[in-house]
Amino acid sequence: MTKVTMTVNGISQSAETEGRTLLSAYLREGLGLTGTHIGCDTSQCGACVVHVDGVAVKSCSIFAQDVAGSRVTTIEGMANEDGSLGVVQQAFQDHHGLQCGFCTAGMVMTTSALLKGNPRPTEQEVRHGLEGNICRCTGYHNIVKAVLAASGQDAVAMAAE
Amino acid sequence: MIEFEFVKPSTVADAVKALAADGAQALSGGQTLTPTMKQRLATPSVLVSLNGIAEMKGVTVGGGVVTIGGATTHATVAKEASAYPALARLAGGIGDPAVRNRGTIGGSIANNDPAACYPAGALASGAVIVTNKRSITADDFFKGMFATVLDEGEIITSVSFPVPLKAAYVKFDQPASRFALTGVFVAQYAGGVRVAVTGASNNGVFRWKEAEAALSANFSASAIAGLKVSPKDMISDLHGTAEYRAHLVKVLTGRAVSAA
Amino acid sequence: MPKDHGIGASTKRREDVRFLTGTGNYLHDITVHGQAYAVFVRSNVANGRIVSVGSDAATGMPGVLAVFTGADFTAVGGNPAGWLINSRNGEPMREPKRPVLAHGKVRHVGDAYAAVIAASYNEAKDAAQAVADASVIEELPAVVDMAKALADPTNRVHDELPDNQCFDWGWIEDNRARVDAAIKAAPHVTTLELINNRLIPNAMEPRASIGEYFPGTGDYKLTTTSQNPHLTRLLVAAFVMGIPENKLTVVAPDVGGGFGSKIYHYGEEALVLAAAKKLKRAVKWVAERSESFLTDAHGRDHVTRIELACEKDGTFIAFRTETMANVGAYLSNFATVTPTFLHGTLMAGPYKVPNVYVNVKTVFTNTAPVDAYRGAGRPEATYSLERVVDMMCRELGLDPFEVRRKNFITTDMFPYTTPVGLAYDIGNYHATLDKATQLGDVAGFEGRRAASAAKGKLRGLGLSTWIEACGIAPSNLAGILGARVGLYDAATVRVNPTGNVSVFVGAHSHGQSHETVFPQIVADKFGIPESSVEIVHGDTSKIPFGMGSYGSRSLAVCGQAMSNACDKVVAKGRKIAAHMLEVTEADIVFSDGVFTASGTNKSKTFGEIAFSAYVPHNYPLATLEPGLEETAFYDPANFTYPAGTYICEVEVDADTGRVEVASFTCADDFGNVMNPMVVRGQVHGGVVQGIGQALLEHGVYDENGQLLSGSYMDYTMPRADDVPFVTVDHSCATPCTHNTLGVKGCGEAGAIGSPPAVVNAVLDALNRAGHNIAHIDMPLTPSRVWHAMNG
Repeated sequence: MTKVTMTVNGISQSAETEGRTLLSAYLREGLGLTGTHIGCDTSQCGACVVHVDGVAVKSCSIFAQDVAGSRVTTIEGMANEDGSLGVVQQAFQDHHGLQCGFCTAGMVMTTSALLKGNPRPTEQEVRHGLEGNICRCTGYHNIVKAVLAASGQDAVAMAAE
Repeated sequence: MIEFEFVKPSTVADAVKALAADGAQALSGGQTLTPTMKQRLATPSVLVSLNGIAEMKGVTVGGGVVTIGGATTHATVAKEASAYPALARLAGGIGDPAVRNRGTIGGSIANNDPAACYPAGALASGAVIVTNKRSITADDFFKGMFATVLDEGEIITSVSFPVPLKAAYVKFDQPASRFALTGVFVAQYAGGVRVAVTGASNNGVFRWKEAEAALSANFSASAIAGLKVSPKDMISDLHGTAEYRAHLVKVLTGRAVSAA
Repeated sequence: MPKDHGIGASTKRREDVRFLTGTGNYLHDITVHGQAYAVFVRSNVANGRIVSVGSDAATGMPGVLAVFTGADFTAVGGNPAGWLINSRNGEPMREPKRPVLAHGKVRHVGDAYAAVIAASYNEAKDAAQAVADASVIEELPAVVDMAKALADPTNRVHDELPDNQCFDWGWIEDNRARVDAAIKAAPHVTTLELINNRLIPNAMEPRASIGEYFPGTGDYKLTTTSQNPHLTRLLVAAFVMGIPENKLTVVAPDVGGGFGSKIYHYGEEALVLAAAKKLKRAVKWVAERSESFLTDAHGRDHVTRIELACEKDGTFIAFRTETMANVGAYLSNFATVTPTFLHGTLMAGPYKVPNVYVNVKTVFTNTAPVDAYRGAGRPEATYSLERVVDMMCRELGLDPFEVRRKNFITTDMFPYTTPVGLAYDIGNYHATLDKATQLGDVAGFEGRRAASAAKGKLRGLGLSTWIEACGIAPSNLAGILGARVGLYDAATVRVNPTGNVSVFVGAHSHGQSHETVFPQIVADKFGIPESSVEIVHGDTSKIPFGMGSYGSRSLAVCGQAMSNACDKVVAKGRKIAAHMLEVTEADIVFSDGVFTASGTNKSKTFGEIAFSAYVPHNYPLATLEPGLEETAFYDPANFTYPAGTYICEVEVDADTGRVEVASFTCADDFGNVMNPMVVRGQVHGGVVQGIGQALLEHGVYDENGQLLSGSYMDYTMPRADDVPFVTVDHSCATPCTHNTLGVKGCGEAGAIGSPPAVVNAVLDALNRAGHNIAHIDMPLTPSRVWHAMNG
């Protein structure tokens, strides 16, 4: 076992790992941060997306030891300091961008990275930006709306109703 | 996954040493290898991460050549290889954003998935694959599905792409995996046109020589109108028949020429 | 002005906060002190004789606590089928035992024949691999193709059965001769052979279970990914394990989607309970996605021949359907009702057609069990009908809109009894057709087609008019039709002493938004804020015996039970108010949260009544009990019949055959709508699942019974860039006549109505472009479309 330390949501954290311990397992089992979900085993579904050093990655396909010392942000670190929902989270609630909630953490993390690189995306840019995140409930309609709204655009006018 | 020892060297020399161990396997971005290890189809006893080797990262341009470090991510290439726009666009179309943030050119080319994008880019560009011990032209490098001339423990340290006059890559997605159902990279150089096809053949990435000859004489989509692609040796699966893939090769080649 | 609270308001979801902050409580997230891990050893052949199980290989491996095999469960019961269906000749269906773990034979790839329990997940996984490697399974020829399975009784999925047929069902058998004669005499008959493709549900949370056993009391607890914890308790306790129900608590915590696949009881649930008892510690199992692909109950998989007989002007005379329906290797709990009473009874559609007959043969194959998946039988019915109607229109050169209008049941005909046994209470099919025509701007189609043509794309428009029977169901009718369970639901409304309310419901929310929407109803009933109402669901030790959520039934059945329980609370409140205000009960009026003695200015608020109910210092106890809590069981008088019209426009790239959905418009009649935001969300999701079926998704087995589309690398899930925004309207509402909420159900509509609209649109595009293509089977992949165009 190897002790791995990272800065997770602004706090230095450590947990014991095997070589095969994935970042997702490190966060969920090592640190008890279960908001990051595992929806597949082929790096496709995106439920496990977190930010490593500011970049969105699929935590189920990265070994914990490979990102030791990194700065990691998970869904648990996305709310405002006062505990209120952050802009992206609030947009997802406002526009009903989630139903069962299982893919939601990955959607929020991908969205926040997407908007950092492209603050006013078009509908098509949003859809392409989300292609690595699968949702079975929403048909993406309200997720796309939420992303557009989080970027400050008039999502209701842009979406069919 | 079977347990293994994880090592993360910071130089190519140390990585080569680590890879000499019995059962050692190099880990690049891990977007393909990790799922493979979960299925226990790869069971290394030592996993050597190449992600901490600074000398294998980055994009440099000089003398009409774009050189990309083996451990450079697709996202970085998409952003920084603007000297070779078709290649940058290829990188920006691999997988999805999170995969592009992690997957690397060296990993993709070493794996030589028959539906991967980079092998088409490398082969069409006549790229030179540089390893810790030699330089290999793309024409000599790819040896069929998942096969290359790489020796065990040999690491791709960089790939050099001569910048063409014109080029474009057109990928037709396999809708589930988002790999190429078929993808065609067309590159026009002063010495002629090269056309490389991925996703279509049972033998992996290949050059479509008839199209190259036709396009070298006349670089327009109409130049290949009379050509036919044989479905023999084409992949047939639930996403498309061999005949369909053969048809796509021609359609996408035409589109790539028009887009170039 | 839209409402801002109560019934009809688009109240934002309270459940979102925990999901958006990573603090949900999905089964995967739960850790029980001391829990061990189960990993299943699964067959990698479709049909095989178990020669030996290599349990010994795990002995002594690190962390291994126990190995279970099929032999450990021969004395317990099988996982039963919930409906008895009789064949046309009166014989009951064949019900081979579905064991906890395969014993003697394995019958599909993924069929579990052993399970390893170890202290950690990785140790269990390592040992399971060792057991698999040491086991000897003799591979036998696989039964995969349904027609071959029926034709060849020598190669059987179940050796103890004479052949591979489960039953041969006719509906309604008395119609048969009349339908045959009508078709024979008809001026025109359109015949269509089609495949309704097998789908794999793919709820984003894979199935998972934790078993616990408490030696001090002999109690068990099963925490599991279930849409219906009471049903699961009944099945695993009474039918399989022989545990008294009072000794087993089943908890379904936050569940990450179901779509039908989590209705059913699966063997893994029994295994973790047995293992927990044996080891005296909690045992957790979490499916990998690859296990979900192999073992979640799949959906659809029909091979159908449908005939439509009509006059030359398109007036329908008869529908006759012959279907082979795959049930896979074992009967899942609703496998026998899905292709029969949820399919055959809908084969009149929204049409006044006098003659309908349906024959369904269900077939055992060496594939994963097939059961209800979002829509369940009704998508199959709708697809067959709407495709053959479209084909007839093309054959006779008739306008598909006009043909539907001509054949729709009209509003003056309700209640309307169809030739296949349903009594539609109310609807207005012309209204939704007109609404969709307007919202979808059908008049502007030619302009859009020209614009597509200018880009080199072929544009087409497809129409589908659908109806479903949901809000399942009246128990008395279900019982006549073979149901082995009742289909009521239940709710307990507990008014707490300070006037806030806890509601315990039999329905389970795994995306449906009950925690938000149910309080909207209670708030209106009691005249209190929504925030004063909490919904409790998913725990059999807390909730009344309800049947859970599937078949678009949560609101129409459980919601109505809750509404009835609220009425009982108000009735009790009137008694209390009468006592407190010293008037007779008949003089009490309840409105907006206040009980008033009519004709006086004396009143008591809802909160005052609640407090009094729990502080009954001066109650006449002989006639007035303390407390303010009521339970209602509600068994509906009929199904509900949502209906609607969907219009899809596509663009086809003629060079590649790739189809893009350009627009999708829905006009639905769901009756009264409680929360429009939530209803629209349900339709969006259903429509995209239907687009997925039409264009992308396919569960494909090869001839050896290997699942070729067993991961997201090959099973095409719809992604954000595969679909457009979906236009949804629910204004053409005809409230249900037999529940007081006037609600019908909206959960499955999108998945039912959309596939034929998409396929009709693609065929419209191709045929307008000069091709003569009668039909293409789903999914309409680029390769299939290109081959249809080019041979």
